[in-house]
Amino acid sequence: MADPALETRDLCKSFGALEVSRGISISLLPGEIHAVIGPNGAGKSTLIQQICGVTAPDSGSVFLRGRDVTHLPVESRARAGLARTFQVSALALDDTVLENAVVGAIGSSGKAFRFFAPALGDRELRETAFSALERVGLAEKANMRASDLSHGERRQLEVAIALTLSPKAFVMDEPMAGLGAEGSRIMTGFLDGLRREAPILLVEHDMDAVFALADRISVLVYGSIIASGTVEEIRNDSTVREAYLGETA
Amino acid sequence: MTRESILNAVILALLVLVPAWAVLADEPFTITLATRAVILALAAVGLNIALGLGGLVSLGHAVFFGLGGYAMGILAYHVQAYEPMFEWPFLFEGSKSMPAIWLTAILVSALAALVLGLLSLRTSGVYFIMITLAFGQMFYFFSISWSAYGGEDGLSIYVRNGFPGLNTLDPIQFYGLCLAILVIALVLASRLRLSRFGLALNAARQSPKRAEAVGLQPFRLRLTAFVLSGAITGLAGALFADLNRFVSPAMFSWQMSGEIMILVILGGVGRLYGPVAGAIVYVLLEHVLGGLSEFWHIYLGLLLLAVVLFVRGGIVGALSGRRAAHG
Amino acid sequence: MSLVLIAEQVLNGLQFGIMLFLMAAGLTLIFGVMGLINLAHGSLYMVGAFCAAAVAGATGSFLLALVAALAGAALAGAIVEMVVIRRLYERDHLDQVLATFALILIFSEGTRWIFGSFPLYLDVPSYLSGPVTLPGGIAYPVYRLALIVAGLLVALGLYLLISRTRIGIQIRAGENDREMIAALGVDIGRLYTIVFALGAALAGLAGALVGAIQSVQVGMGEPVLILAFVVIVIGGIGSIRGALIGALLVGLTNTLGGIFLPELMKLFMEPSAATSIGASLASMAIYILMAAVLILRPTGLFGARA
Repeated sequence: MADPALETRDLCKSFGALEVSRGISISLLPGEIHAVIGPNGAGKSTLIQQICGVTAPDSGSVFLRGRDVTHLPVESRARAGLARTFQVSALALDDTVLENAVVGAIGSSGKAFRFFAPALGDRELRETAFSALERVGLAEKANMRASDLSHGERRQLEVAIALTLSPKAFVMDEPMAGLGAEGSRIMTGFLDGLRREAPILLVEHDMDAVFALADRISVLVYGSIIASGTVEEIRNDSTVREAYLGETA
Repeated sequence: MTRESILNAVILALLVLVPAWAVLADEPFTITLATRAVILALAAVGLNIALGLGGLVSLGHAVFFGLGGYAMGILAYHVQAYEPMFEWPFLFEGSKSMPAIWLTAILVSALAALVLGLLSLRTSGVYFIMITLAFGQMFYFFSISWSAYGGEDGLSIYVRNGFPGLNTLDPIQFYGLCLAILVIALVLASRLRLSRFGLALNAARQSPKRAEAVGLQPFRLRLTAFVLSGAITGLAGALFADLNRFVSPAMFSWQMSGEIMILVILGGVGRLYGPVAGAIVYVLLEHVLGGLSEFWHIYLGLLLLAVVLFVRGGIVGALSGRRAAHG
Repeated sequence: MSLVLIAEQVLNGLQFGIMLFLMAAGLTLIFGVMGLINLAHGSLYMVGAFCAAAVAGATGSFLLALVAALAGAALAGAIVEMVVIRRLYERDHLDQVLATFALILIFSEGTRWIFGSFPLYLDVPSYLSGPVTLPGGIAYPVYRLALIVAGLLVALGLYLLISRTRIGIQIRAGENDREMIAALGVDIGRLYTIVFALGAALAGLAGALVGAIQSVQVGMGEPVLILAFVVIVIGGIGSIRGALIGALLVGLTNTLGGIFLPELMKLFMEPSAATSIGASLASMAIYILMAAVLILRPTGLFGARA
């Protein structure tokens, strides 16, 4: 079995008396989409925050390509190739689509402290940004303001910015949120191809998308992984049906 | 050409033509007013880097303005009084040379901005505003209590400092020098906002978590912006002191910080020429309203209130009819 | 240096601190409930002082003067809230700073226009003037002692108001969840006006009380305002208890620093240099205190952890 691109080992986190992560160990293998599902309040957001470095776990570790990154700050993990998208778009709305993508390229280049040469005139940055925008189908809107994009396009731009990091692993927080049927279909098709580039840890509420995309699914309930397996196994798992799928069906 | 760039060109033309007219018409007071506007504009260009680009609402920029002023005052005072500044490790008598004074002003204010930034950027929002205001007051009281350099009375420098090849005592030559510096600062600021750093800082302002998630370090970006901003405002302080041939604790006062901020807001936050437009209008108001009424600050207050409540984007914003192009 | 002198300075520090508390409490309340940074709070302090001086001049009654300070500042606060401030709640901090800075200009120049540039004097009433001998043989001005007592009473009253009354419940609810209190059927606009007027009244009272020791003049409010900011940064924003502790710390540091730092310096250098360097250091002492708190606890001693 290939080494995992991303792995958590026994992550524990409490806020006061509330245990939001109870020994979470999950892995993300090259080429796969690993979906994490669970009811609201299960601790999915806190899990993402610990993986990305926003919140420090009380115990346990996070590994990126075998390297322990538990104590690295967010920006170092990003430069090491951990790319995330946000549930609520965190774009620079006053700026153009291209500028948003270029900022991703600047961040991943690790050379933000250049004060004189125009960033948009930098061939390397432009190429990185444009190729990411092309991948998500936004190249033609490169000079539009991000605030003028539709909701679906903003989600695509989120992914494009993640792509500029030449990621080793993606962490996506509900990329389908608010997309509508047609938008979800397009995004599903796109993510399907993206897994070959880097594996995706997908936190998602849209079960159709999860069942269509995921190679593996982990079910998070009250801070614990109660089941993990292939789509078929999870569909047929009785504890999962009881604890979670039963509610949504 | 956009309306904003036409407006910018008009502003620059005014800064050249009005003083030129003043020389021909022998109106030295107009030149002094224009010099004042240009220097205040430079201070505001500095603040605009922190405020417009970095989103840092600093109410303590008088610290840098004052440090620049005192850099000039102290260096020149020692020459004037024939008291060496220090004799060890080498004899240093102070300086009456503008380039040396400017360099000192820039370095001292950059250093102060670094230290204050390290402290105050640990916080954000209202805390940052209150802390920068408080540190400004610290420098104010310190300058009052430090009797060696005039204390409350400040320092008078009898002869304006020199610049190689120019007669700085001639108002128009000094004005030209100040304008040249302002133009250089504007060029640097315009390059800065389009540079990698500018884009990254801008992203950190609009969405810090996004900036981190792509590998940028918002704290360092903001700190750097604060230092650059402080250095430019410090240089303006040195020029301001040279214009008045006088420095006093008033340069450190909270009113000064507020005034520099008003310049930026009147003109338009984040606009390249906003501070320049703001400074011109401010100096004009000060002159015209100040001539009409002893209580002209009431009108300034009402105007500022109206701009904040009703005219988003300041003068440049209102006249160019476009949202601020921060990028 | 005698113990009597030290005790006297401690009392002075407490008196200064408790007056700062009156300012800081209003500021922190207004920030906690409405999310507003109000630079014009110092103007309300000044309005209180001028109202008191005017009424005392006309009637000769100190008590009426205090009532006038409370009423005048509260009224000015309520008017300003309804005309300007309420348009700022949804704006960013920059707009709040600028608009309230504009209010300072208007208030200061307006006051100068009405009362002129010369300072007014508010006399300490005869029944509170002169010294009183405290245990240990310390002779201390009655008036300053009265300020400490009055300030502590106000602090107690504020505590009871917030913890025991209906309006207090609404204020606390407003600090936690604005939408909820609207859902509870509380008229939020009215609540905001009341909170703002309450904060203004506290500032006005402080202005009048301090005005009797110092002079009453334009621009008296802003240095106090900035010190109140230091208090809030130290105590933690939105916390009344933090404001009280922060205010006493700042008051004591400021007063004691002015006495001890020059003495301390004399241990290291010649007296004249020590006095001047000590005085300079003393002028910075509270800001150094603030910097230390920032390094150790960026959200203040009693602030919510970020």
